[in-house]
Amino acid sequence: MNSTPIKFRALKMLQTSDGRLPLDLSFELEKGRLLTIYGRSGAGKTTILRILAGLTDPEEGFIEVESETWLDTRTSVNLPARRRSVGFVFQDFALFPHLTVRENLVFALQKGEDQRLVEDLIELMELGQLQKSRPAQLSGGQQQRVALARAIVRKPGLLLLDEPLSALDDEMRFKLQDCILKAHRHYHLTTILVSHHLPEIFRLSDEVLCLENGKVQRQGKPSEIFLEQNISGKFKVTGEIVEIIPADIVFIVSVLSANTIVKVIATAEEVKGLRTGQKVMVASKAFNPVILPIIY
Amino acid sequence: MIDLEPLWLSLRLSFVTTAILLVISIPLASWLAYSRFRLKVVVEAIISLPLVLPPSVLGFYLLLAFSPSRGLGKFLEQTLDLRLVFSFPGLVIGSLIYSLPFMVNPILSGLKGLPPSLKEASSTLGKSGFTTLVKVLLPNIRPSLLTGIVLSFAHTIGEFGVVMMIGGNLPGRTRVASLAIYDEVQAMHYRTANRYALLLFAFSFLLLLSVYLINHRFSKANPLP
Repeated sequence: MNSTPIKFRALKMLQTSDGRLPLDLSFELEKGRLLTIYGRSGAGKTTILRILAGLTDPEEGFIEVESETWLDTRTSVNLPARRRSVGFVFQDFALFPHLTVRENLVFALQKGEDQRLVEDLIELMELGQLQKSRPAQLSGGQQQRVALARAIVRKPGLLLLDEPLSALDDEMRFKLQDCILKAHRHYHLTTILVSHHLPEIFRLSDEVLCLENGKVQRQGKPSEIFLEQNISGKFKVTGEIVEIIPADIVFIVSVLSANTIVKVIATAEEVKGLRTGQKVMVASKAFNPVILPIIY
Repeated sequence: MIDLEPLWLSLRLSFVTTAILLVISIPLASWLAYSRFRLKVVVEAIISLPLVLPPSVLGFYLLLAFSPSRGLGKFLEQTLDLRLVFSFPGLVIGSLIYSLPFMVNPILSGLKGLPPSLKEASSTLGKSGFTTLVKVLLPNIRPSLLTGIVLSFAHTIGEFGVVMMIGGNLPGRTRVASLAIYDEVQAMHYRTANRYALLLFAFSFLLLLSVYLINHRFSKANPLP
């Protein structure tokens, strides 16, 4: 097994609503890890994936995957997209409308390759019932599963997911996070995901790369990035503050997590640094939480 | 009974022209859609020129170019023993130039209307530009291809100025249906002219109707993402 990390360095001028912004960053990623790129809209998250896939050329850059140089602007090496071992799940899924689900997957096979991988993926992603359907007949979640399966057919050295779950409701999002994790582990993939959905990031990522003003602000475990201090709590929920209201001498902070609101009592001192819309983690150290199954 | 020769000649000219145009226009439109070449706008303008140019102007310059006493025409006659003026091959070349925008433009707008992610997805799946064009892009612009084919065919059938200038209206060789109508009117044979005209009218209408029907069905069956 090759343990050489993926190396990425790029400089690319971005056109943003605030004018030109240089995307200037470098990072490394160990094989088999799942990295999430997190940052505001227009921060250059998708551009990083596109540069990795060979769909966008940076002004300067270097990319090495599994000891193979994909891009080195100093020596004029630039492998075209088709020669890079990537799987790319696009925001709009980019399924071929004229092909059925099965044909979309078979299309991704290389000449003479065994169709058994397609069968495995159809089973893993639970697409058996849908294999003769056209993309237009599928729901958003089903299309996402097909796009994910198609991206994996090539057994890519690098799986790139560009906010694939952003258009889905919470329940579907949760199920498809399972699909991503299942595929990532089953095929020992190295995966880079673009997301700004905190619960998703905590659930999926080994590492987070936080992007700000075109630069890597921080890279580390989700808890290191998003929490000011590490809490080894018994119970953690991440979400967004939807309301802070005073109640006598304390405050009640309502946090929206998935589609549930958690109410937390906080002191005036604690709410000082909090505001509505902020992403937070609610953790409990002292009490055992109660667990009850939810039937959909 | 009318002489069917001009009608067959028109159909033969249209068929040959359309077939050659299809082969030329797919790579040309694909290059125009995806190339980063800065001066491609000049190429686009040249291709579209026949849309605005009077056919007689184009016919006149082609007549000069094909003339066996000068330049290109002289070269073709002396080296290849090929005389394009007043001949069927000459008509085909004139029609190719004249109908080029009617084939290229629908294919070009079809390709430009596809989401870029389709082409990119095919590349990231390891497919070459040719495979992507043939197996992904063209199947998804079938309505545009059909529109290009039918417009080129119908436009060539209805051609008058160019074929008049370079064809010379020779019966059995270059006298196509549109010229036959003109001749019959000149000779005051309105009845025969009307038969030719009605046949062309009915043929063109049925052709366009079938294109719209097929395109409507295809778009409903394969909506783009």
